[in-house]
Amino acid sequence: MTTFMEIKPTTSQGDSKSNAVVRGARAVEPLIFEKSVAGQRAVDLPPLDVPHADLPEELLGDGINLPEIGQHDLMTHYTHLSDRNFSVDGNFYPLGSCTMKHNPRINEWAAALPGLASLHPLQDDTQIQGALRLLYETRCFLEEISGLDEVCLQPAAGAHGEYTALKIIRAYFKDNGQPQRNIVLAPDNAHGTNPASCSMCGCSVNMVKSISGYTDLDDLRRQIDKHGAENIAAFMITNPNTAGLFDSKIAEAADIIHDAGAKLYLDGANMNAILGKTRPADFGADLMHFNTHKTFSTPHGCGGPGAGPIAVRKEFAPYLPIPQVIMADDGSFSLDRDRQKSIGKVRSFTCQFGVLVRCWTYISACGPEGLRNVAEKAVLNANYLAAKLRDVYEMPYFDPENGRFCAHEFVTVPEKLLAKGVTLNDIAKRMIDYDVHPPTMHWPVHDCLMIEPTETESKPTLDRFVSVMLNIAKQINEDASSLADAPTDATIRRADEVAAARKPMLIWE
Amino acid sequence: MDYTQITPDEQTQMLQAIGAGSIDELFSAIPEAIRFNDLLDLPPAKSELELQRDLSEMAAHNLGPHNMACFMGAGAYDHFYPVLIDQLISRGEYLTAYTPYQAEASQGSLQAFFEFQTQIARLTGMDVANASMYEGATAVAEAVLMAINTSGKNRVLVAATLHPEYRAVINTYLDELPAEVVQLDATNGCISQATLRDALDDDTAAVVIQSPNIWGLIEDWEGCFKAAHEKDKTVAIAVFNPIACALLKNPGSCGADIAAGEGQPLGVSMSFGGPYLGLFAAKKQFTRKMPGRLIGRTTDTEGRPAYCLTLQTREQHIRGAKATSNICTNQGLLALRATMFMTALGKEGLKEMAEQCYHKAHYLADAIAALDGYALKYDGPFFNEFCVTCPKEVTEVIEAAKRRGILAGVAPHGRRMGRIGDPNDLLIAVTEKRTKQEMDALVEVLQEVGQ
Repeated sequence: MTTFMEIKPTTSQGDSKSNAVVRGARAVEPLIFEKSVAGQRAVDLPPLDVPHADLPEELLGDGINLPEIGQHDLMTHYTHLSDRNFSVDGNFYPLGSCTMKHNPRINEWAAALPGLASLHPLQDDTQIQGALRLLYETRCFLEEISGLDEVCLQPAAGAHGEYTALKIIRAYFKDNGQPQRNIVLAPDNAHGTNPASCSMCGCSVNMVKSISGYTDLDDLRRQIDKHGAENIAAFMITNPNTAGLFDSKIAEAADIIHDAGAKLYLDGANMNAILGKTRPADFGADLMHFNTHKTFSTPHGCGGPGAGPIAVRKEFAPYLPIPQVIMADDGSFSLDRDRQKSIGKVRSFTCQFGVLVRCWTYISACGPEGLRNVAEKAVLNANYLAAKLRDVYEMPYFDPENGRFCAHEFVTVPEKLLAKGVTLNDIAKRMIDYDVHPPTMHWPVHDCLMIEPTETESKPTLDRFVSVMLNIAKQINEDASSLADAPTDATIRRADEVAAARKPMLIWE
Repeated sequence: MDYTQITPDEQTQMLQAIGAGSIDELFSAIPEAIRFNDLLDLPPAKSELELQRDLSEMAAHNLGPHNMACFMGAGAYDHFYPVLIDQLISRGEYLTAYTPYQAEASQGSLQAFFEFQTQIARLTGMDVANASMYEGATAVAEAVLMAINTSGKNRVLVAATLHPEYRAVINTYLDELPAEVVQLDATNGCISQATLRDALDDDTAAVVIQSPNIWGLIEDWEGCFKAAHEKDKTVAIAVFNPIACALLKNPGSCGADIAAGEGQPLGVSMSFGGPYLGLFAAKKQFTRKMPGRLIGRTTDTEGRPAYCLTLQTREQHIRGAKATSNICTNQGLLALRATMFMTALGKEGLKEMAEQCYHKAHYLADAIAALDGYALKYDGPFFNEFCVTCPKEVTEVIEAAKRRGILAGVAPHGRRMGRIGDPNDLLIAVTEKRTKQEMDALVEVLQEVGQ
């Protein structure tokens, strides 16, 4: 047995594991369907207070086979399942590009206020002035942070924001007599959603090379020439980019793309690194999306819900989806549907309201100095980790001696360790044994870990992570094969993902 | 409060370790010309106490189902859900985890999503379900895209009785693609087999029919889908209400190939329209073409049951432009809510809830139809929502009810409903939460207005 147990948690409880980890170590948690007992119920309803109406036989179904469970056993089941999850609350969770920062609970309290959570989406504007004011203020906050002219709050997620913005770009060009502009350029290290969103808009995507993590501007020019400047709709870029670097030549890239008559779209996934330090409008972005669940602390919730508001320059405002929240001269708020050139609807109703309540609450809590401090501490924490780990975990893009720092996250390609005979997966799974959630893997380049600590982690947490990573390296150097069976200390051993895909079992029968 | 935790001393130590002289140096990659040196023009930071005050005040400025009796529906419904859902979902282990990329660190949410997929498949009578979409309208639009992809055809027949916002979203999703949307007109509030047969041709990729439809009426899914299947590869898409499935024939039993719909009634608060929960289920042959996350059951190296994300080669992070969809996040926390909701109500409870909706809606419909000047707009069978024609313009009726603390319903003639009805139409939804007393009060208001 290796020695990884030696530096087990340095939490306030000393070296013992947390209760959740101990409880989570139960061997198997049966499915709720396996626990079903005929006749059990967790809640009841009041008796029906009106007469029975005629219910024609031919309309009726055969009944749905849902589980039957008493309330206590229901609570136990979902409490046990929760014990089997890593989370930001319980673990260091440096999942690169996902900005797993602390989720303040005031946000949750706010979204659950009955005067907000209960509102029906089709109520008259006059009844919901408080809700509309909150949305209007969120609009203004995001307009200020982006430096752009108008924000649309509708998109349900970042990818949905990309999609919406691309539709707007297409509508703009069609309206301006340039319908042929349907080629989108994106760096070869773009988020996977970028090309996927493009194809949903009927655009084709062409990749622009990156060199040492940065977009190759010569290749950008070549691509424009190759496809014809008059056919380019947009260049989609993430900045700071997916290699964790702020691209100093972003303004130049913007000029190149603007000279071609096309637009610069910013994937705002990495806004956490630049809040209050630079604004997308200042470096040439024409449209962008935010990920509220990354930058503005709305919880990730095992995968969602998020929200992906977009910000645009004035010339795109006529094409925004309807409705748009606006303020009249008398200070009243309403939902505007008078946009003749709107791309239409991209979702039902108005927006991810409950998520945006959390977003408003977070921005209000931080204030302007706080938001800038968020970016500064996010970048400080990432650079600190990179500096502490670089001797053992190679970092292709991190070179502080030459003034090359990372932004809020960094990429390591641990070639020396991999050469010892471990896989990247072995390293990731061993991290689980230390109660650390593995970073993003194999992206944006193969065999890399992308590490994003976020600003809300304390120095002791960062230092413990450094110890964990150095300890794992030590194990690899002593006996690389010892990692092959990791994780040994999780709720399950390694899951057979190949078998899962070969013969998918997606429901319980 | 910005929730950071680095002390000034620690910052000094950390900068030293990095080899940087200052925080500013870390940002040296941002050229001076594009650096933002001012403070953002935002309100000053607020303490939690101030936030509690301000938010309470903003919330207090709203009228809504928390202080009025709500008969509004049209895609969002005021259903009961037990408090235990809020309690469980507040656990940080659910709230603050992300997409379960690492199976060994995420067995809890993975198993819960597997339970969700199973429950949705059972509810809809389909073979497989995904782990959720953004909301109902985009779930339906994605179903249409999937039908176009799998059938290789490009004409989509969409019922005029589908929610107008859903129709609008389908139009948006298809307008840049080589596809054509054809509207199926309604007869007496529903789609007739004859209308459908006239519209069907060999190039029809999909038929989209919602039941209960926008008027609350129960459509002839069985007959329509049978007609659709007489064409080779035409995909039958059922847009469903999950509560109705507990009582009425579900999409699978009526021959649907894809079932898509809004999951909000399953324990998700109305929250002014979002976040909601898109439901998506299909027959087995579509599994590898489905959008969204899929959870599979497998084993770990010691043979124990284990759950993991699966069939990821469909997805954007592997396939890029060739992915089945650009969707990345699902609505994880809301899918968990729905799982807990369906478990808490259980087999009998959900059916009882659906029955109460049905009986109460019919009680109210009968009482209103008996009033002078009022009539049901359509005479077909309905579930928990129905349209009445009023003797006056509906805005007047809605205003009068509001003064009595009642949200009387939705005006289908309104712009937000795409002006689908007449100026005197009122669309009324009744859930198990509405009491006889509230319904009688609404009847009284309508009677007074009608005089």
